[in-house]
Amino acid sequence: MSELLVPFAYEYMLKAMFVSALVGAVCAFLSAYLMLKGWSLMGDALGHAVVPGVVAAYLMKVPYAAGAFFAGLLAAIGMAVVKQHTRLREDAIIGLVFTSFFAAGLLMASINPTAVNIQTIALGNILGISDEDVWQVVIIAGVSMIILILKWRDLMVVFFNESHARTVGLNPWALKILFFTLLAACTVAALQTVGACLVIAMVVTPGATAYLLTDRFGRLLVLSVAIGVTTGFVGAYISYFVDGATGGVIVTLQTLLFLAAFFLAPKHGRLAARRRAAAPSEPAL
Amino acid sequence: MSLVAAKGRRTHVASADVAATLSVRDVTVAYSNGVVALRDASFDLGPGTICGLVGVNGSGKSTLFKAIMGFVDPRHGEVRIASLPAAEALKRGYVVYVPQSEEVDWNFPVLVEDVVMMGRYGHMNFLRIPSVEDKRKVDEALERLDMSGYRHCQIGELSGGQKKRVFLARALAQEGRIILLDEPFTGVDVKTEVAIVDLLRQLRENGHLMLVSTHNLGSVPDFCDHVVLLNRVVLAAGPTARTFTQKNLERAFGGVLRHFRLEGGELHADEDRRRVTVLSDDERPVVFYGDERGDEEPLRRKNHEDES
Ligand SMILES: Nc1ncnc2c1ncn2[C@@H]1O[C@H](COP(=O)(O)OP(=O)(O)OP(=O)(O)O)[C@@H](O)[C@H]1O
Ligand SMILES: [Mg+2]
Repeated sequence: MSELLVPFAYEYMLKAMFVSALVGAVCAFLSAYLMLKGWSLMGDALGHAVVPGVVAAYLMKVPYAAGAFFAGLLAAIGMAVVKQHTRLREDAIIGLVFTSFFAAGLLMASINPTAVNIQTIALGNILGISDEDVWQVVIIAGVSMIILILKWRDLMVVFFNESHARTVGLNPWALKILFFTLLAACTVAALQTVGACLVIAMVVTPGATAYLLTDRFGRLLVLSVAIGVTTGFVGAYISYFVDGATGGVIVTLQTLLFLAAFFLAPKHGRLAARRRAAAPSEPAL
Repeated sequence: MSLVAAKGRRTHVASADVAATLSVRDVTVAYSNGVVALRDASFDLGPGTICGLVGVNGSGKSTLFKAIMGFVDPRHGEVRIASLPAAEALKRGYVVYVPQSEEVDWNFPVLVEDVVMMGRYGHMNFLRIPSVEDKRKVDEALERLDMSGYRHCQIGELSGGQKKRVFLARALAQEGRIILLDEPFTGVDVKTEVAIVDLLRQLRENGHLMLVSTHNLGSVPDFCDHVVLLNRVVLAAGPTARTFTQKNLERAFGGVLRHFRLEGGELHADEDRRRVTVLSDDERPVVFYGDERGDEEPLRRKNHEDES
């Protein structure tokens, strides 16, 4: 029994579990919107797009996080602008924008050799996280969470039907900028602490899993955030015992939940579909 | 707190006594491919009006709606709504618009009632938590369009006509003073069409202004008191009796219309010299009795006016 409580005795484990849960919550919230718009790979894209910002920050001797945030924001808004003004699909836009940013970053780094190792920028280390970083993540994630809770309905209308959003007095462009700012801030904060792989999974899988479980956006958000928090916390906890990468454990848990939903979801799951097929006289609703 | 209060007050103005007027002045719209879809369009409409917007495919009806909504930028010209610049009126929630086809993701996880509730957002405080009143209006709107039984369906699970009805219900729940409907009757059954027309008449009683595009020429004289005939330019605009004439329709539709005339022996064997002209845009035909005088009033189906 006491064996299972061991992780709670270490401060670094407590920090890791807490930060993972918080990052999991806010990323899961964002994932619900991204998934519906075909922007799911945005997290991956932003992870690469921050590179020129980091190099520039190094050259200008400002904090990396600031440079990364601005590059990320610029990339996210760039994608939104291209989407607005062309008929290109989201996947093409994401590929286009993030590779240009990444290439610019590599070019800058090769012309001005820096002490920054590009490889390590995007690989966080939650178990060795410093107190300063913890605070940064807590503040960014906390503020983002509050804004999202206040504005989730407005964002939903904008993402569902932009022209209607305008007729009820919303400003879609301002709300989109707000959303992408939060996204950039959260991905950058999370990249630094929990690592690229985890961030990418966290802004995709919880939303996708919740989507299989409900037809209402409000519930989708609740489920998604619950999945993010639980897997973040439990994943960090388990990683103590398996002595493995926290990110890997968390993502594995999320994948397991997704598979469970895929087969067992009451309405959209495979088993339910099979049951309905077996009893065709029963109405589908 | 004061922000919330101010917002609440603001939307009250929207639903109360704003004079519903629409003024389109010299609006010219060109698309990026160079097509000038609308040239120097001008007309004025006042409160308590149902105005039919009629023209062939590609005559610029939808473009006119988009220009009013500010979704396309006119090359020049101005739209004023309730004596305000269009953008300001939109921000205040005076205008409701139901496009010809909704550009939404039908897989989006929202139920029918959620979509209709989106119509109420302009009336809510900034947290957008629905009040009892909001819920009642949503119920009412669903009831009016006979969609109450589908309120818990995900929107992608509906048929085409049902989808259309959901968005009309949302428009109704929105309670704007100026209502723009781009072909609300396409794809809905006759029963729904009659229900929509009844609804429009009722809104007219309450001083709303409606601009409705349609290809159902036959029903235009039934429920529209004003008509705008469009073909890239405004060919004619004004009260139905004066504007919706055989001559003007032939100008608007040229050779596109089915046009056949029945007279003398084809109708009856006696000496009655009157004749019938049927103009059809392939939906409900419009029927003119008598000679081609050009200023003839079209036939209405009987006495809808008396009902209201
Ligand atoms: N997005 C666009 N880009 C370029 N041209 C366009 C665009 N939308 C419409 N057009 C052109 O503008 C003209 C007017 O189109 P519009 O959609 O306003 O016609 P409409 O009167 O609504 O026709 P319908 O009865 O078929 O709905 C057409 O010739 C069309 O080709
Ligand atoms: Mg049209």
